Amino acid sequence: MDIHEYQAKEILARFGVPVPRGGLAYSPEQAGYRARELGGSAWVVKAQIHSGGRGAAGGVKLCRDEHEVAAFAATLFGKQLVTKQTDANGKGVYRLWVEAASDIAREMYLGFVLDRKSERIMIVASAHGGMEIEELAETDPDSLRRMTIDPAVGLSEFQARELAFQLGLKGGQIAQMVNILQACYRAYRDLDAVMVEINPLVITGAGDLVALDAKMSFDTNALFRRPEVAELRDRSQEDPRESTAGDHGLAYVGLEGDIGCIINGAGLAMATMDMIKLAGGEPANFLDIGGGASPERVVRAFRTVLADRNVSVILVNIFAGINRCDWVAEGVVKAYQEVGLTIPVVVRLAGTNVEEGKRIIETSGLPLISADTLAEAAAKAVAAKAA
Amino acid sequence: MAILITETTKVIVQGMSGRIGAFHAADMIKHGTNVVGGVTPGRGGESHLDRPLFNTVREAVAATGAEASLVFVPPPFAADAIMEAADAGIRTAVCVTDGIPSQDMMKVKRFLKRYPEERKMRLVGPNCAGIISPGKGFMGIMPPHIYMPGRIGIVGRSGTLGYEAASQMKALGIGVSTSVGIGGDPINGSSFKDILALFEADPETDAIMMIGEIGGPQEAEAAAFARDHMTKPVVAYIAGLSAPKGRKMGHAGAIISAFGESAQEKVEILEAAGITVAPNPSAMGETMARVLSKRQAA
Repeated sequence: MDIHEYQAKEILARFGVPVPRGGLAYSPEQAGYRARELGGSAWVVKAQIHSGGRGAAGGVKLCRDEHEVAAFAATLFGKQLVTKQTDANGKGVYRLWVEAASDIAREMYLGFVLDRKSERIMIVASAHGGMEIEELAETDPDSLRRMTIDPAVGLSEFQARELAFQLGLKGGQIAQMVNILQACYRAYRDLDAVMVEINPLVITGAGDLVALDAKMSFDTNALFRRPEVAELRDRSQEDPRESTAGDHGLAYVGLEGDIGCIINGAGLAMATMDMIKLAGGEPANFLDIGGGASPERVVRAFRTVLADRNVSVILVNIFAGINRCDWVAEGVVKAYQEVGLTIPVVVRLAGTNVEEGKRIIETSGLPLISADTLAEAAAKAVAAKAA
Repeated sequence: MAILITETTKVIVQGMSGRIGAFHAADMIKHGTNVVGGVTPGRGGESHLDRPLFNTVREAVAATGAEASLVFVPPPFAADAIMEAADAGIRTAVCVTDGIPSQDMMKVKRFLKRYPEERKMRLVGPNCAGIISPGKGFMGIMPPHIYMPGRIGIVGRSGTLGYEAASQMKALGIGVSTSVGIGGDPINGSSFKDILALFEADPETDAIMMIGEIGGPQEAEAAAFARDHMTKPVVAYIAGLSAPKGRKMGHAGAIISAFGESAQEKVEILEAAGITVAPNPSAMGETMARVLSKRQAA
């Protein structure tokens, strides 16, 4: 689960990371007021959306007076900001962060991620910041420093110090960096984060370290014990189809094609999408109905897939273990009756209670297209679309 | 002999009196698995499915000599249940639970390292379908009737895709020695490499079907292991050729986040290590058949 920059800064500041003074605004007037309240002569106005690349997309601006702040804010509110990390629809801007401008001497990169190889939290840092980490990894791989943290001991001071020296820091900056690293690690650990990123971490003209931007992402599996994190969820930043599907126990990811998929199991769902592509079609979505799916959940899956107007055929592929083919078949028949389907549906059932499931499909009198194998199902779906 | 479970393996079920635990434990017993008891804290002394219930894993091990445990415990308590099994002397634990926080798994992995090799517990999962040695026994949630006993090992992240492979092979008359689901989470107990090593050492396994997916470094690690340390042929399939970068595809671990983690890159890494990769998910069975007949001819 992602949160906004200003929320990440508030959290990190609480753990001891220095951040610039700033204030949140929900309207252009409020943005102007925030600038006056902060004082000074220059402010940075930043669109709060769950995406990187905001600067290049025109979502960040340095302003010299409070009218300019308010005027820029007026152009942002309600806008769908499209960055290179969002899809073509972009993300809606409903909150702005107004911050006292910092005097920047140097930019660095700092990230904490879950390293799947060592199965530990890993620090990734670079003496050169500002760019995306992928870009850094390509253009300047030698500048990247990596360090894993032993979960039993935590981030030790000597490790943090080593990293600070590797980044070319000096004097009082060393202690500041050690403090920032340990604060980020504690925030990561104590709040069940999966990612903490400060990019850029800057050295100001006065030689002090400040987190100019911040990003945090959290482990959704741990939200049950982190209510203070769970309440930071912002549904306006999510694909409404994906979050509604999630509320009903369905894992859904919208894609660009026109063959709607209803599958059980993430691996089989990906494999079915691959098969559709090989058969010359394009999948409209990834959808895993999960285990023990009731007929009602199957109907919900149909509604979710059909909400995508591009869908011109549906492929149901179930290999039931913990699921039951008869329940899925009942769900398919029910969906036909309740949703008023007008597009072709290909159904492939295998595994637990398959005979009963096939019988329900065959005796339903509905124009369902049956398939016995994965390859046959994909071929029939592509053919049904063309017909 | 198969790996990890046979008809003699003494199995307990942690969470056996729960709705889901009871359902699958009953199925395991029905198919010949040697289930010797269950663990539900607070219900020790009672019985369930004609098997004794214990308050702790330690008591269950002392009373029954259990060697393996199937963990059907909800996500907030699952990591603790796994560590309890390890401390009580269980040798193989399978955890089906989906949704364990990754920092809990980090802790579990470190905890398991505390024990010397001779009493270290092997964990399979979490978020997996389990393990089955067809005709002998199983620990998990798979439909046992789709597997035919035989001499091919299956190891995969995805449960349903493992079923798909087993049924494709069955249709061609190829049976399975043991099928192992290692689960879809970013941190799991046993990796592809760990299970490949067991199959390589198993005299009843002739070849291995390995089913990977996008995300994570484990397929590449397995490829290097197969190239350097295996004599038995490995056939692979990688799911997610059509998956877009940066989007999580159902499994917490199925997300392309680094170089070498896309399906295409993994296929290239596997082929470079001499592994035969099935061109599509419908061709897992026939690719295995082809590799086996070539082997026989040689």
